[in-house]
Amino acid sequence: MSVLFIALPIALLLATVAVVAFVRAARRGQFDDLQTPAVRILFDDVDATATPRDET
Amino acid sequence: MSPPRPLSDTPAPACTHCGLPVPGARWTGPGGPQFCCGGCEAAHQLIVDRGLSAYYELRDDEPGAARPDAAQVRFDDFDRPDFLARYATRTDGELTVTLALQGIHCAACVWLLENLPRICDGVQRARVAWTQRTIAVTWREDTTSLSTIAAAIDRLGYRPHPLREDAREAIEQSEERELLTRLAVAGAAAGNNMLIAGSLYLGLGSYMSADIYGFLRLASCIVGLVAILGPGRVFFSGAWAAARARVPHMDLPIALGLGAGAIAGVWHTLRGTGEIYFDTLSVLVFLLLLGRWIQYRQQRGAASSVSLLARMTPRLAHRIVDGIVVDVPSEVLQPGDTVEVRATETFPADGRVLRGTTTIDQSLLTGESRPVALGPGDEATAGALNLSAAVRIGVEATGTDTRIGKVLHMVEHAVRDRPRLVAMADRIGARFVIAVVVLATATGLAWARIAPDLALDRAITLLIVACPCALALATPLTLAVAVGRAARRRILIKGADVLERLASPGTMWLDKTGTLTEGHARVLGAVGPTWVRPLVAALERQSAHPVAVALAEAFGGETTVGLRVVDVQQSAGGGIRGTVDGHDVAVGNEAFVLDAAGAIVPTLRAAAASFVAEGGSPIYVAVDRAVTMVAAVGDRLRDDAKPTIDALVARGFEVGILSGDHPEIVAGVGARLGLDPARCHGGLTPEDKVSFVRGTKGPVVMVGDGVNDSAALAAADVSIATRDGAEASLHAASVYLGQPGLHGVLELLELSGRAMRTIRRTFTVSLAYNLVCVGLAMAGTITPLWAAVLMPLSSLTVVATAVAGARLPREEST
Repeated sequence: MSVLFIALPIALLLATVAVVAFVRAARRGQFDDLQTPAVRILFDDVDATATPRDET
Repeated sequence: MSPPRPLSDTPAPACTHCGLPVPGARWTGPGGPQFCCGGCEAAHQLIVDRGLSAYYELRDDEPGAARPDAAQVRFDDFDRPDFLARYATRTDGELTVTLALQGIHCAACVWLLENLPRICDGVQRARVAWTQRTIAVTWREDTTSLSTIAAAIDRLGYRPHPLREDAREAIEQSEERELLTRLAVAGAAAGNNMLIAGSLYLGLGSYMSADIYGFLRLASCIVGLVAILGPGRVFFSGAWAAARARVPHMDLPIALGLGAGAIAGVWHTLRGTGEIYFDTLSVLVFLLLLGRWIQYRQQRGAASSVSLLARMTPRLAHRIVDGIVVDVPSEVLQPGDTVEVRATETFPADGRVLRGTTTIDQSLLTGESRPVALGPGDEATAGALNLSAAVRIGVEATGTDTRIGKVLHMVEHAVRDRPRLVAMADRIGARFVIAVVVLATATGLAWARIAPDLALDRAITLLIVACPCALALATPLTLAVAVGRAARRRILIKGADVLERLASPGTMWLDKTGTLTEGHARVLGAVGPTWVRPLVAALERQSAHPVAVALAEAFGGETTVGLRVVDVQQSAGGGIRGTVDGHDVAVGNEAFVLDAAGAIVPTLRAAAASFVAEGGSPIYVAVDRAVTMVAAVGDRLRDDAKPTIDALVARGFEVGILSGDHPEIVAGVGARLGLDPARCHGGLTPEDKVSFVRGTKGPVVMVGDGVNDSAALAAADVSIATRDGAEASLHAASVYLGQPGLHGVLELLELSGRAMRTIRRTFTVSLAYNLVCVGLAMAGTITPLWAAVLMPLSSLTVVATAVAGARLPREEST
């Protein structure tokens, strides 16, 4: 049981890291538009198959 | 060989680019692409040439895709240094501009636009924000120019507009990010604290050693304090503001509960015994913030689509530079420019006429539908409609400096000063707050006598169990669901308080022109031989006057083909005369026609009188110097005006008209709608409308569409802008009806009624629940632990009721 003395702080630390990452993402506006990225992820697939990439 | 025309009963082939039917004359035979216009053909060519034909596989099949405008627009002014300085941001040789686009409607549009670097050399990046309908383009300054990019985007069928700076938009953006941040912290704290609490509850009475027990409680305490002092701070600041303003507010009991719980929790943690409440408090903070965030997001979605409409100025101006006409977006005009305004176009700026005479329709600003004559030296205002002939004006004021701009400024003020009704949740919440605090104190005092060490515990249990989650969470949820449902019916609601304000009937003022009526002249009836009609139509084709357009539309048709029209003379404010097919034809008002012919026979006079009684203006026709026909031209009532008004009256609304139009016309419209003549006011200035709205007792609803209504819209408790309304009215109104006609007003009332019923039902459920729990807590039957279990359970019940209640009616209505 005494492993909790180490495990719990580590768990909370990891949670803090995740929260900080999320907060930074939110402050940079990554959640301002949730609609376009959802469709954008599909494009590369279509792009690669339907029209071969000839330019960079 | 001429291309084969499709038979009339076979459907016209669809345009390869936009999907609209292809006109017979452009049909190029089976096989191969078909285009409905040159614009589509050019866009298709561009897309295929650049290897982007996957666009056609990606997009939805519905017609009405982005359709390029064949009219060429010059974007040269986008390259002006002052323009770039205002709209672009520069980072080492690269420029970025955000443009609003008309016509983005599916994923394929996003794909096509983000492939802009392939279409337009020198463009580095293009990112579309679909929700906002904007594109951010980054390009290298030395390889291309913004005007080239804008022209390319325009050629694809998305007309670009620079976005006006909107400080409020930026504030809202950071506000939303702030809310999201708080929600994240609160969510993480709640989740972790539930885990810790789980171990604590499960470990109760088991083999957990005292030091582990204490450690877990300490961890729970720390995480809980993070939630309360971090994201939970908003409740304390809200409660503090409410306390200072001496208004009982929802935040007050929440802050009390949080504060008392936190202090007791910290004390118990340090002491090592007693209940800690941090798991419950963390979850509470998270749920409350979640409710607020859902509401905020829904409202902002609706509000931003309205404000984007309002922020775009899709008008073009014909600027004259060294005698050459160049089309530019009206944003780039400056005082001192010379602008040509053609017939049927809108004045893009305030200015004085330099050359030409015309008549203009200033109804947008004044509400009066009668045309005003304009000659050299006269002043024209932005937003006025040029009716009869092209004029050149010297620009004197643009943008916010124009008269319309000043009205807009007035609107801005009125919007800010709009009186805020006390929200229903706050009204009920206020009584609730007082009751809970009194009960908690009483419980504490009573138990202090019976068992002093239990007193604090009992009081806190009551505060937690009675926490008004229902009010805090269910109300925003219900309203958010209703706002979302309204948006699906193309009713955009800017703030959910609209739904509460509409729940009880009050006074409803409606604008006449464009709201109750269709907003443009139509032929209402005609008395006279039918052979005259083609002659009239052929003659009236020569004029852009709204009466002429109406007559040409009503009497036109195949029969006018081959009629030769010569010697046309127009008299501003009188009529038109010319020789049609050898006949001398004069069409106009009584004085004008009497000038061309001798007299008007009594039967036609009687017909004219009955037309006037029905609300139309009589227009006489004289053929070869004899008056043969009279037609009534007027602004027709919308088909749904009468049923809507009847339904509103049946609901208990006091309905009236506020119009800038002539009082007689307004009285006529009022009479046909069955309204009380004392409530039909005509000849009002925008300022008069505001004072009428301000002077009305009780809740005031204003429905309008013009700039002249916008200040009144802003002053009303609830304001509804109708479809195709002026920019200013969109800005001022709290609701925008995206569907034509007035029917949306009734749908809005229906939605509001349903939402309020759901909220009341939720309140009843949660109050009953709380009453039972409070009773138990006062008696000391439930411990804080049980309270902590029951509380989220009550929240869940309440949320379920709210969502289910809001959803049920939709199934009924479909």
